[in-house]
Amino acid sequence: MPTQNLEEQLRPAAGEKLVFDTNPVLSERLTHYCPGCHHGIAHRLVGETLHELGVASRTILVASVGCATFTYDYFSVDGLEAPHGRACAVATGVRRARPEAVVFTYQGDGDMAAIGMAESLHAANRGEKITSIFINNTVYGMTGGQMAPTTLLGQKTTTTRDGRCMEREGGPIHLAEIMAGLDGVAFAARCALDSVQHVREAKKAMRTAFEVQIEGLGYGFLELLSGCPTNWHMDPVAASKRIAEAMIPVFPLGVFKNKRTEQSSQSGKVHHA
Amino acid sequence: MSTEQRILIKGNEAVAFGAVDAGLRCYFGYPITPQNEIPEALSTLLPERGGQFVQAESEVAAVNMLLGAAACGVPSMTSSSGCGLSLMQEGISYMAGSHIPGVLVNMQRGGPGLGDIGPSQGDYFQAVKGGGHGDHRNLVLAPATAQECYDCMFRALALAFKYANPVLVLGDAIVGQIKEPVRRVPPADAVSEKTLAALAAPWRMEGYGKRGPDAQPRLLKSVYLAEGALAERNRLLAQKYAAMQAECAWECTDVEDATLVVVAFGSVARIARSTIRRLRAEGVRVGLFRPLTLFPFPAEALLALLPGRRFLVMEQNLGQMVEDVRLALFGQPGVTPATVQWHGIMPGLFVNADDLREPMLQALKEAF
Ligand SMILES: Cc1ncc(C[n+]2csc(CCOP(=O)(O)OP(=O)(O)O)c2C)c(N)n1
Ligand code: SF4
Ligand SMILES: [Mg+2]
Repeated sequence: MPTQNLEEQLRPAAGEKLVFDTNPVLSERLTHYCPGCHHGIAHRLVGETLHELGVASRTILVASVGCATFTYDYFSVDGLEAPHGRACAVATGVRRARPEAVVFTYQGDGDMAAIGMAESLHAANRGEKITSIFINNTVYGMTGGQMAPTTLLGQKTTTTRDGRCMEREGGPIHLAEIMAGLDGVAFAARCALDSVQHVREAKKAMRTAFEVQIEGLGYGFLELLSGCPTNWHMDPVAASKRIAEAMIPVFPLGVFKNKRTEQSSQSGKVHHA
Repeated sequence: MSTEQRILIKGNEAVAFGAVDAGLRCYFGYPITPQNEIPEALSTLLPERGGQFVQAESEVAAVNMLLGAAACGVPSMTSSSGCGLSLMQEGISYMAGSHIPGVLVNMQRGGPGLGDIGPSQGDYFQAVKGGGHGDHRNLVLAPATAQECYDCMFRALALAFKYANPVLVLGDAIVGQIKEPVRRVPPADAVSEKTLAALAAPWRMEGYGKRGPDAQPRLLKSVYLAEGALAERNRLLAQKYAAMQAECAWECTDVEDATLVVVAFGSVARIARSTIRRLRAEGVRVGLFRPLTLFPFPAEALLALLPGRRFLVMEQNLGQMVEDVRLALFGQPGVTPATVQWHGIMPGLFVNADDLREPMLQALKEAF
């Protein structure tokens, strides 16, 4: 479908009523993501949040390296590229140079919890007024499905052919819980993108993850359990089912810290520093 | 402060004073000897002026914070030494690829590996040949005195913004640690903070709302996957590096009647100058050519000295700048391998003017 016709095709015809619109913060551009990939849903949630908060015109996006490298092509905000894993350090520099801006990073699990773990934890611990969206899809999507720090025990990847093994590779990293234990973190939550209800919850959490930054409370963190049908070798429906059945039992959903309300949900483990 | 008044400070402190007087707003760094006085001074100087000082968790983090702040068009820098600069190379390459004006100071220490904390010029190649992955070049300035440390921070920020490119200030343990009088007055060619801001206006990250209601979002990046796009990007970079040749700077001392010209930079040039002064008093016709920019290397200025003269490269490494001197001179009529001699001082040594006397006399003998 040629992109130039998209606008036309999406507008209601005579007699039709508009019930769902495109989002002005998202560019009307076809993404490069695989069919059924949840990066698209996550983008939509970010776009809606920035639009509803009315901050897009002062937002600076720090992209990461992974399947979402080109995320800046899909958001109509100022954006720059960070080296693999360094988005939180780059965002620190941006926020310090532009205290009036709204700054967010959008990072995969390999980017944020492996190569960029130090930069991510230290930015969070400093309480940088930034927001990080963390896409946990239990693999390195872009490089072809290798083991990620979040890969489940027993999960087969191209570098764990007989399944991830505790003795050999250690267990999956629970970043939301780790983040919640750091004093500079104002909000840390884990949501999932597998069902309408979970997407709605994710939208709510996304808003708070940005609000704590805007209100100057500290670092906002949102982990999203996301499907990667391609590297999971599943169709999109089966991928969503895997999130519900295999991921959520290992990665409990919930708000682990919220300085806005100073209370945590019952659904997740609560860590107090 | 009157122009007569001078303050007694270390080269490292002069870097800090020069940077803030030139308009520095953000500093990011991780402690390493022999440059710690730079972050220590800036940790009070910057907040006093409403600027930002961040002690990063590593040099990897520091260089990427620099990338972020400099991408906002805000005068920003980092500083380090030896292994710290090695950790920064990925970020430097990204800044070069994305046209981002970061300023970095390397007060070199001995290497390889952890080496020592004494003087060295072993990072010459890393600084002037790019250092990171891919084809990129940094503008490289080589101060030799505390005064030059102060002055060259103005130049470093101005050049970084003029070319939207990383600029490296390459000192060493002696240059950074030596305490001497400094006139804290902006150099004659200093550009204003307003000029820096104007240079950054077309590309800086700020949020599109700052540019009016209909402004288009901006993007700073180094990735170019479409067919032909990276080639186009590299062509643009090549043009920029060619244009940088205009920034060549050097200093000649006692070269007019010299038969031997010593080529040296930084602290070695200072020591060589003392030796040359003494030899001159004895009637030996020796002079000094001191590059003030190492990239671009002042090859043409060196070439202009060629007729009737031989050259002795003195540097504290295993032979690095000598390659650029040979590139500048070899292939010219009358030039033989003996035209360019080399004397290396091992990193890890402290030498004085006496130590360089014999090598200079020896070079005179061998050259003619
Ligand atoms: C320094 C460096 N090392 C390795 C790579 C290669 N690389 C690109 S993306 C990636 C993994 C990304 O995985 P993740 O962050 O989980 O994102 P996803 O693709 O799954 O969304 C790697 C290893 C790189 N670009 N830079
Ligand atoms: S490889 Fe996976 S994460 Fe990457 S775009 Fe495809 S489905 Fe999405
Ligand atoms: Mg991943």
